[in-house]
Amino acid sequence: MARKDRPIPGTTIFDGDQARKGYALNRMCFSFNEAANREAFLQDEEAYCTRYGLNEAQREAIRKRDVLALLAAGGNIYYLAKFAGIFGLDVQDIGAQQTGMTKEAFKAMLVAAGR
Amino acid sequence: MAKLLGSIMSSHVPAIGRAIEKGLQGEPYWKPLFDGYPPVHDWLASARPDTVVVVSNDHGLNFFLDKMPTFAVGAAPEYRTADEGWGIPTLPHFPGDLDLSWHLIESLVADEFDVVTCQEMSVDHGIALPMALLWPDQKWPVRMVPVIVNTVQAPLPSAARCWKLGESIGRAIESWDADRRVLVVGTGGLSHQLDGERAGFINKDFDLKFMDSLTADPRMATRYSNRDLVELTGTQGIELLMWLVARATMSGKVRERHRNYHIPISNTAAGLLLLENAG
Repeated sequence: MARKDRPIPGTTIFDGDQARKGYALNRMCFSFNEAANREAFLQDEEAYCTRYGLNEAQREAIRKRDVLALLAAGGNIYYLAKFAGIFGLDVQDIGAQQTGMTKEAFKAMLVAAGR
Repeated sequence: MAKLLGSIMSSHVPAIGRAIEKGLQGEPYWKPLFDGYPPVHDWLASARPDTVVVVSNDHGLNFFLDKMPTFAVGAAPEYRTADEGWGIPTLPHFPGDLDLSWHLIESLVADEFDVVTCQEMSVDHGIALPMALLWPDQKWPVRMVPVIVNTVQAPLPSAARCWKLGESIGRAIESWDADRRVLVVGTGGLSHQLDGERAGFINKDFDLKFMDSLTADPRMATRYSNRDLVELTGTQGIELLMWLVARATMSGKVRERHRNYHIPISNTAAGLLLLENAG
């Protein structure tokens, strides 16, 4: 087990435990740096997940495009961002999904942080 | 001997690449960011750096979790950008400065920083976009040495350790037997969090305190644990470690020449700081 600090609400530190749990998922997302791999994923998502050895929780989170579930399954946001990019989702779409807000409300929250 | 001119710290949000591609610099959303840079362009025109050491973090382009170095130094003849998975535009290749790369590697290892050396390295938005903000014509007038700090997988190096790395880089630059004018660029931050229910977290008070500290009390951030820095600045706000490395390269007097700070750019509090090495 990685050494654990006092938790921060709404925050998962990507540590050794997460890195072990999420290796296959992150490895798949890393492959999306290449356009040809993004295309292959879109051609057959299930086969692509099988090729990278994702477990059922990871596959289900991929199917649902569920970012919090992907994080819980060991995903690292830098690699997951490449998965989201396949669908044209930006970090504000992802932020809105994780916080249960509309994208407009999420953006308004960011603007309010500057006041 | 080489001359260390100063440090520029800048955020590196991917969306800036799109804004540059589409020519949105004058749009109301983007203007507060891009308007921060012309005073830096003026300073660069008179300071005339010919080599730049860029301290940044990889975002899953060059390094994967199979081999994740805490500190890595580029020693490549050139550094290429890629689309990073989102189809973002690539930028012109950056020419490497192999002489400084190997001098830096020799100096750092002699100084007990056992860095990973990379004769091939792709650079992502963390390096490419700050370079494009500093030199908007993208005709790079400088050779580059990238220094990559792990902010992907905990444990990350502590702020105190990053400070010492910066000191060591500064000593290396000042002991480089070359008639070169060297700029250090630190990229990332300021406060932002992309992941988890706390996504969208921004902390203006701490960001401004941190920017002030780099001249008033430069080791301020080194007194925090990484856990506490994440709580104060967000899971990606911890990228302020690169600002610390860049600041610590200067051991003498430091003069703040320019700053800009704007919320939000994408999910991020965007910061810019120009610190001149005043000996």
